[in-house]
Amino acid sequence: MNEKIKYDGLTCPIPKSDYNRVLLAHGGGGTLSHQLINKIFLSQFGNEILNTLHDSALINVDSNRLAFTTDSYVVHPIFFPGGNIGELAVYGTVNDLAMAGAKPLFISVGFIIEEGLEIEELWKITVSMKLAAEKANVKIVTGDTKVVDKGKGDKIFINTSGIGIISPDVSINPVNCKPGDKIILSGKIAEHGIAIMSARENLEFESAIKSDTAPLNFLVEQMLQTSNKIHVLRDPTRGGIATVLNEIAAQSNLGISIEQEKIPIAEDVKAACEILGLDPLYIANEGKLIAFVDPEVADKMLKTMRSNEFGKDSSIIGVVTNENPKTVIMKTSIGSNRIVDMISGEQLPRIC
Amino acid sequence: MKYIDEFRNAELIGNLVKKLLQVTTQNWKIMEVCGGQTHTILKYNLEELLPKKISLIHGPGCPVCVTPLEFIDKAIALAEQSDIILTSFGDMLRVPGSKSDLLNVKAQGGDVRMIYSTLDAIKIAEENQNKEVVFFGVGFETTAPANAMAVYEAQRRNLKNFSVLCSHVLVPPAIEALLSSSEVSIQGFLAAGHVCTVMGYEQYIPLAEKYKIPIVITGFEPVDILNGVLLSVIQLESGKYEVENQYKRVVTKEGNVQAKKLLDEIFEVTDRKWRGIGTIPNSGYKLRDRYSAFDAELKFNLKNIEVEESKICIAGKVLQGLKKPFECSAFGKECSPEHPLGAPMVSTEGACAAYFHYSKRN
Repeated sequence: MNEKIKYDGLTCPIPKSDYNRVLLAHGGGGTLSHQLINKIFLSQFGNEILNTLHDSALINVDSNRLAFTTDSYVVHPIFFPGGNIGELAVYGTVNDLAMAGAKPLFISVGFIIEEGLEIEELWKITVSMKLAAEKANVKIVTGDTKVVDKGKGDKIFINTSGIGIISPDVSINPVNCKPGDKIILSGKIAEHGIAIMSARENLEFESAIKSDTAPLNFLVEQMLQTSNKIHVLRDPTRGGIATVLNEIAAQSNLGISIEQEKIPIAEDVKAACEILGLDPLYIANEGKLIAFVDPEVADKMLKTMRSNEFGKDSSIIGVVTNENPKTVIMKTSIGSNRIVDMISGEQLPRIC
Repeated sequence: MKYIDEFRNAELIGNLVKKLLQVTTQNWKIMEVCGGQTHTILKYNLEELLPKKISLIHGPGCPVCVTPLEFIDKAIALAEQSDIILTSFGDMLRVPGSKSDLLNVKAQGGDVRMIYSTLDAIKIAEENQNKEVVFFGVGFETTAPANAMAVYEAQRRNLKNFSVLCSHVLVPPAIEALLSSSEVSIQGFLAAGHVCTVMGYEQYIPLAEKYKIPIVITGFEPVDILNGVLLSVIQLESGKYEVENQYKRVVTKEGNVQAKKLLDEIFEVTDRKWRGIGTIPNSGYKLRDRYSAFDAELKFNLKNIEVEESKICIAGKVLQGLKKPFECSAFGKECSPEHPLGAPMVSTEGACAAYFHYSKRN
């Protein structure tokens, strides 16, 4: 990037980056996304709250601890097997709050609508958001609508922000991760990503795979009632479980060791991944969480999670180690070990 | 999953490893030709299980990796034109040309579309008659029949706005080039199972005899690869050099006769340049003259684009099995999957990217 370029109002040089334009891969959740966040956004916005890069910001107001989060939804197609952009926007933000151990209370909704969207589609989206909010027990309390010219959006984009309250004895944070912690995954992976791919028109691929989009706040509430020795919670959305595990290994400066055989995955999802040449570890989920818990409470926690409809396939997939800091190592199904790295951009289907 | 799990079975793997330990008495260097095999070796870290006396050398069989730089530049030149829709398989999009890559061109407004089947490119051409649609057709004998089918269909449907930027390469001439080079010291080959699914394996018999080297047609699952290595080592230890078919559940001696017929209808054999290796005689396909109307190089006058490869990148040596990726001074420094200097760092099948993602980098 040419460092001489200065824009109005921009006082410092634009940090160097390998690309002089934003690529789709910058939004993929991998190392390019991290570069964008670190070099551009954190370098300008950084403060003690933001720098934790938690799913939600943790804020103290008087004696109350609040969680605050925001997320934008640009999924294409807007209706997909198992859900639509509206409920995804509600559950996504609810889940980000839940991952801070918060009880989600209020959310905002911002619509950016492309001229020409059918009112019936908007109605369907709105109704499913209402139902999703009811199911997650949150109130939609403020909103905004903008309409853009035809061709300047992709039917509809939705932003939601949310506020939740954290009980005083809960402390969930990647830095709390300790060697020996057990890693529990709440169910089968890669369903959302594959459902979206199979719904795209350029992929003639029919399957019965549905998105796993779901609210996780009641599961988290039940887990916290079981024990507060939950050190870290994350929902492995964009970038999949591999990305989340790498992020936590990096933030905690510890190693993570997982077993391929213990990672739940549906047969049809596995087959779709084989056909498309994609690794399910990097594919998005919208109704799963990964919990790092004290080994003493792991079995009890697993039992609790399995009793919840959104955690019935929970499995202990690994453990936190002192060895191999900042690295995720997986024991493969054939007994060898390999590194599970952060992906750089989006996964691209292979040629053959 | 049926037909997959059986070939990733830990017990079978254990037995194969045990047998390999029993039969291996000398040091052997075996090259797996195909990038898909390299990928499995690294993804399952099979080298950790092999006897120390066996070293695997990762061959030139990644279609993305061996596509010459100038072809990427030609694809970019096409994608930059506002009246052209460039269609391509996913992993070609990130391959660096001399100045840019196709994802960058897309970010600047180029109409670059990732497709999963060549027939999707035909569909796009039918739906966009006011635009030119070019398919970036690369790959080995494995992808060639699908690309041939696209040209065949375009002719049948009388599509005037469809063409192919064709850079197909062939495995046997590459194996021969490696074997006749004095620098290369490979003692056995795992030939690419999917290439042989199409072509059969008759072409390999004279190679095994001429160079006195075992060639084992091998599949892509961990059990296949260890079995392929075992069969090679058994031959090597007993002084044999035959073509053997490990991938019997898919490969026959004569291959896919219909696919071969279609290939012969559409393509003829030509000299091809391989990225990092150079020109190998009779090592690729080009469109036959009677299909030249579908040749994007002729249609858009691209013949004169020529470029030089990166000076520090040792991709050529890696692709010939002369160097391991981590022996490159740029590995993990100037060159990474985010900023690849050479093609093997781009594709998940590329030896450098596979090493970067799956193995310890120190």
